[in-house]
Amino acid sequence: MKQMRANTKLQNAYLAFLFFLMYLPVAIVILFSFNESKLYVSFSGFSLVWYEKLFRDSAMMEALKNSLILGILSCAVSAVIGTLGAVSLSALKLRSKGVLEYIAILPLMVPEIILGMVLMAFFYMLKLPFGMLTLLIGHTVFCVPYILVEVKASLALMDPSLTEAARDLGASSWRAFLDITLPLVMPAVASGSLLAFAMSMDDVVISIFINGPRISTLPIKVYTQIKTGVTPEINALCTIMLAVSLTALAVFSIFRSHKKEENRDEEQIDRASEPDQEL
Amino acid sequence: MKNKLIELRNLTKNFDDQQVLKGISLDIYENEFLTLLGPSGCGKTTTLRIIAGFEEPSDGQVLFNGIEISKVPPYKREVNTVFQKYALFPHLNVADNIAFGLNLKKVEKSVISQKVERMLKMVGLSGFENRDVTLLSGGQQQRVAIARALVNEPKVLLLDEPLGALDAKIRKQMQLELKKIQREVGITFVYVTHDQEEALSMSDAVVVMNNGEIQQIGTPTDIYNEPENRFVASFIGESNIIEGHMIRDYLVEFDDFQFECVDKGFEDNEEVEVVLRPEDLDIVEPEHAKITGVVRDITFKGVHYEIMIETEKRMYNVHTTDYAPVGKKIGLLFGPEDIHVMCKMGAY
Repeated sequence: MKQMRANTKLQNAYLAFLFFLMYLPVAIVILFSFNESKLYVSFSGFSLVWYEKLFRDSAMMEALKNSLILGILSCAVSAVIGTLGAVSLSALKLRSKGVLEYIAILPLMVPEIILGMVLMAFFYMLKLPFGMLTLLIGHTVFCVPYILVEVKASLALMDPSLTEAARDLGASSWRAFLDITLPLVMPAVASGSLLAFAMSMDDVVISIFINGPRISTLPIKVYTQIKTGVTPEINALCTIMLAVSLTALAVFSIFRSHKKEENRDEEQIDRASEPDQEL
Repeated sequence: MKNKLIELRNLTKNFDDQQVLKGISLDIYENEFLTLLGPSGCGKTTTLRIIAGFEEPSDGQVLFNGIEISKVPPYKREVNTVFQKYALFPHLNVADNIAFGLNLKKVEKSVISQKVERMLKMVGLSGFENRDVTLLSGGQQQRVAIARALVNEPKVLLLDEPLGALDAKIRKQMQLELKKIQREVGITFVYVTHDQEEALSMSDAVVVMNNGEIQQIGTPTDIYNEPENRFVASFIGESNIIEGHMIRDYLVEFDDFQFECVDKGFEDNEEVEVVLRPEDLDIVEPEHAKITGVVRDITFKGVHYEIMIETEKRMYNVHTTDYAPVGKKIGLLFGPEDIHVMCKMGAY
């Protein structure tokens, strides 16, 4: 008994150490973003000076604007493509369905650097001018799978007789999709889009191949500035970005757990109310 | 005679290499409660889905009022379906679920709400308009599903094991209610079930299916009292099935004894199978009967005892209100009308 308790203590200590190591750098970045001094040696006093400087940095703000536009647009385009793709994939009755599903999420598995190079070569071949358009296409390529996977999972849970019931009641396939399928997969579309947005917002590797000389996104800006030395301004930016992506993640997981809870509630009510007393 | 509403002509259906329907021909009449009865995998649900339009037959015809409809999509057919798991739309409330079909037809709002109200009253859910369908009990969900289908005033209502997911008590209640609703709206119900008791108690006509083929079509009493083959006899109710042969019309021999019976039309000395329903057999003192045996087991079933009697040739199952202790020697008594002779079939 004692042996076991000692063991769990050791385990806890190990876990604590692990988390400490993992999050120490992040904590330092956050801490020093509020540092008065420009030096990393010591924390000389609390200040928001670096945040102020950041917001005055017009190049940085321009990059932020680009990133936001890019994230929202690529998310919207991918939401349409991914949702329709998931619906048609799940309606397929082919034997090669598994292979197709695998191909559909391949962009998640291909190393980013290869995807970036391939896209660059492809756009070059097409003679597309590098800029917002190429960035948008590139980001859509890797955003679609996130939404597709989420929507496909939610469709798999959906009772197939729901769309049959709609068609039976007089709805064409298209109406059944609009009135029944779409509202029911909407939470999955939303959570998938949120994830895709987060991915778009912090992509460097693919973007750097296809952004062209004039357009910069926020992550690219950070990356290029760091080469000239880390300033506390970057710390401030990282802190903000961290806060934003954590918020997105939180919203995403609230969406998820809310869905799960709803399911659990339904089951409980089903069981509880089954001899039917109101008859 | 009533009018034919649906005619199925020699329907076949293949899924991959498997043939699930092997030539189904069936007439369904107006105002009829017709049940497709059979074990799972017999093709009853596939037949229903072909009538609804969810499946296309591989071969054969579906006629609706004399017009071929097997290529018509489900949303253009004058039939509606009640699904096994209700298939209510979880994002719509009770009233919106029921109004779904009417909304698609662009019926006026005030007419819709009137019709919805009337339907809810019929299924006993008045005042449930704004309830969340996912919070209803199974029985209530099924009522909403029935209302949602019937509000469109279809010519035929298709029901795919609609009571399968309910527990025994509510199922009984819903059986009575479905029958009442069918009489009230006066349309054809095509009902799919594997529950023989349900089929017998609700239907005007029962279609017994097995292995993608129709075994027998008849009224519940026909199916029970005059099963056409061993499969029907053993699937519907309990029975003692004995091999024997017809000596001549009205005389059958089995278990080495000859018995008078009411069956005719067989060839002399034709090999046949004889059905004796357990409740048609009586136990008497051995000297009063031809077949005698020993009680091997007796189980109290509430209304009657189930007695297993071992004779020289076989085990007989008898349902009777008389008691006989295990080990007692007794005789089996039955009259000519209790014997039902069927053609012999190889496959079962």
